[in-house]
Amino acid sequence: MMAASKKMLDREPSEIEMLLPFHAAGTLSARDARRVEDALAGDLELARQYAVIREEYAETISLNESLGAPSARAMQKLFAAIDGEPVRKPSLSVSLSARISEFFSRLSPRTLAWSASLGAVALLLQAGVIGAVLMKNQTASFQTASLSLNEPSSGPITRDLSASAAPTRALVRFAPEARIADITALLDTYQASIVDGAKGGMFRLQFRAMGKDEAAALLARLQREKIVSLAVATP
Amino acid sequence: MQVLYGRHHVRVFRFGLRLVRDEQIAEDLISEVFLDVWRQAGKFEGRSAVTTWLLAITRFKALSALRRRKDVGLDDETANAIEDTSDDPEVVAQKKDTGEALRKCLTALSPDHREIVDLVYYHEKSVEEVAEIVGIPENTVKTRLFYARKKLAELLKAAGVERGWP
Repeated sequence: MMAASKKMLDREPSEIEMLLPFHAAGTLSARDARRVEDALAGDLELARQYAVIREEYAETISLNESLGAPSARAMQKLFAAIDGEPVRKPSLSVSLSARISEFFSRLSPRTLAWSASLGAVALLLQAGVIGAVLMKNQTASFQTASLSLNEPSSGPITRDLSASAAPTRALVRFAPEARIADITALLDTYQASIVDGAKGGMFRLQFRAMGKDEAAALLARLQREKIVSLAVATP
Repeated sequence: MQVLYGRHHVRVFRFGLRLVRDEQIAEDLISEVFLDVWRQAGKFEGRSAVTTWLLAITRFKALSALRRRKDVGLDDETANAIEDTSDDPEVVAQKKDTGEALRKCLTALSPDHREIVDLVYYHEKSVEEVAEIVGIPENTVKTRLFYARKKLAELLKAAGVERGWP
């Protein structure tokens, strides 16, 4: 009996035999578990060894469970050590966005509202200043989208409207019975505007740019208006 | 961290205690292990279970602690604190209590055998996970466990306990 046992201890274990403890603990893959189950079903010696393993498994759990748990000292020591650790710096982008959101979260709703209004006013002012600067520097010109091969290519090709197409102007005296509404309607009809005040009862009106003949026709038509007593061309 | 600690500290403590056999050192191990986890949380890749990661750190810390203790040398107090189990199985076997004899023999195994038995039976780790924790090939895990069980059988036999295997 002793000799037989010694022989079993000395031999090399089979693959299935080595898987038995893992089968007892339930940590084998489904495929290996099936292999072990099949082997156990047809091998009494293996089944006896598996029973011993089950016993070892239970007693190992019992032994470990009897070890108890650590005292609260371990936890206190850990969290004291964590408190003593240097604060970890997050990445720059995270830090920046966190700081911005923290700054805004600290503001009261009233302060936040005032800040937003102030920001809007600042934006409007900025837009006004930019617009004024642009208007001041802009000449009445446009740039063509196409490029002629005959034109010099040193700069953009522009045509100055201010030199070749001046607006048509006229001095107009309105009839004494003319009402403001009538004058406004006339200005709308002719797409004109008053560019100079009533000097000697005459208003300087400005119309769109037009040719000589067209300007003469416009003056004749204007002269025939009921509320106009005089209309003469003026530079 | 509190949730992680609450869930795993007992397991870490018991695994560590089985390796270092000193409650004080095992408790120190816990804070060392979880402090490491707190520092290296960003490095955890999630390829293995959290418990596998924790047990691997615990094992490393326990072996370092054992090395430190060996370097310092055992003072009387420490030596007395370490349980002497060399003759206990025989005494227990006389009481014909197989279960208790088994537990005593499990305690008497070598550190290598103790850790592999605990990892497989108590911590229910697979072949692959044990290989990862201990840092050995999977086949070595299987053969080491087999020889740990063989050693256990020898200890029990020496204590007069027959179990029908081998």
